Amino acid sequence: MNPPSPTTERPLLSKRLDDILLSLYNVFTFIGRFFREVVLPPYEGREIIRQCYEVGVRSLPLISLTGFITGIVFTNQSRPSLSQFGATSWLPSLVSIALVRAIGPLVTSLIAAGRVGSNIGAELSSMRVTEQIDAMEVSATNPFKFLVVSRVLATTFMIPVLTMYAIAVGLLGSFLNVSSSEATSLQSFISEVFNTITFLDIFSSVIKSVVFGFTIGMVGCYQGYNSSKGTEGVGKAANASVVTSMFLVFVEELLALQIVGAIRDM
Amino acid sequence: MPQSVIQIKDLHVAFGDNYVLRGVDLDLYKGENLVVLGRSGTGKSVLIKMLVGLLKPDSGSVTVLNEDVMALDSIELDKLRLKVGFSFQNSALYDSMTVRENLEFPLVRNVRNLTRSEIDRQVEEALDNVGLKQAINQVPSELSGGQRKRIGIARTLILKPEIMLYDEPTAGLDPITCTEINSLINEVQERNGASSIIITHDLTCAKTVGDRVAMLFDGQFQRMGTFDEVFATDDERVQQFYHYNFTESK
Ligand SMILES: Nc1ncnc2c1ncn2[C@@H]1O[C@H](COP(=O)(O)OP(=O)(O)OP(=O)(O)O)[C@@H](O)[C@H]1O
Ligand SMILES: [Mg+2]
Repeated sequence: MNPPSPTTERPLLSKRLDDILLSLYNVFTFIGRFFREVVLPPYEGREIIRQCYEVGVRSLPLISLTGFITGIVFTNQSRPSLSQFGATSWLPSLVSIALVRAIGPLVTSLIAAGRVGSNIGAELSSMRVTEQIDAMEVSATNPFKFLVVSRVLATTFMIPVLTMYAIAVGLLGSFLNVSSSEATSLQSFISEVFNTITFLDIFSSVIKSVVFGFTIGMVGCYQGYNSSKGTEGVGKAANASVVTSMFLVFVEELLALQIVGAIRDM
Repeated sequence: MPQSVIQIKDLHVAFGDNYVLRGVDLDLYKGENLVVLGRSGTGKSVLIKMLVGLLKPDSGSVTVLNEDVMALDSIELDKLRLKVGFSFQNSALYDSMTVRENLEFPLVRNVRNLTRSEIDRQVEEALDNVGLKQAINQVPSELSGGQRKRIGIARTLILKPEIMLYDEPTAGLDPITCTEINSLINEVQERNGASSIIITHDLTCAKTVGDRVAMLFDGQFQRMGTFDEVFATDDERVQQFYHYNFTESK
């Protein structure tokens, strides 16, 4: 069923505020429906796996490349400041902290927002426009479960996996850069990295990327599933998916910074 | 008095200032084919979407198989929808799936415990009915508009609904395929005992399949009866329909 559309008559407050409250209401109903449908049978297992594959495999080349280059560049750019203090041996520690705590989850999520989020938004809205979602409804099947639940679960599972992968590739890039100028062995690089990173670092990184993944999937699905009719709705939904999820990822990153900081101080 | 499977009473629908349906009354009797005619934009598609709860009317009542559609919760609505087949004007095939997967989609989700061979058999039979067995492994983008339309009908028929709603089943098809679709509609009526509403602009189709014809003007059914009864009038708007199909095109 379509959500209530913005009212045209008799605004309760101002028209603008009405619309904002209404879309907030729609967003929370949508999220609520996700949590209800994710636990209720039947389960679309095959579709979930297919979507995981789509999210994972489709983003892999881009994330490999970006992760690797980020590792190299970050290491290279950090070297001059450290060498001023004769502390280039700290490079592996510095890079691993940056990659695990912030760069890995952020870079992965931003790329996924562009690659996966826009794809979800465009795909679902074109299904809405061409009445494919209506067709599922009238054949007594649940389009929300088949389309939305599977996609949101896929991004929520796969973005953390991709993040860990991006961190690993980034560290590899960093090692190649370090070993070319500092003559460090892979073994000592690795032990340096693992001496620096704490359990909290990894744990918060995973949790953060779970939240990012959920956000990207949810935003894309919401935009696509509720897109306005007409072909321009498809472009709008794809665009809004990317912009909104990137914005939310940064907001969540800031929140996570506060929360993890507070935990560290305890 | 034959038993009616669909009852529509004083249905009103407006989109903003666009008053589309203004007091529609309609009965569909068990086992009959009812053809709905009307100019583009008169609200024919809107009307049948109300019957399956895809759109909500502003006022009026819709009763399908003795259930008040507006009063049903989503589980009851799904139960009803299983008995009502809806073939979309634009086919609405699932782009990301092959023809086989399109047909399996409603089947495996609604009929429990089907074996693989039983599924295959039903899919092939449904495709055979619309003469498109060879398209089974193609994806919708590889099919022509007419082929898509026929696959859409096959996908709807696979659940053997008691009521069929066809939205322009023959639009954009060549005369031979039209004839085939018309006989398919009649066959569904005879074999499954289905009752159908067929929206069309094609009077040959209306004449061949329609037990009754209803004509939608200005948001109401203004003429209803057998094909000959409906067209036995001097009303300019009715005659224009007739002449376009039977004078100018022949
Ligand atoms: N979801 C909607 N939102 C707003 N207006 C709509 C909606 N659906 C239909 N309409 C309007 O309702 C009117 C009737 O549309 P409908 O699709 O029922 O026409 P139709 O009789 O099926 O025409 P055609 O023969 O061209 O298919 C049109 O003016 C259309 O603009
Ligand atoms: Mg129509």
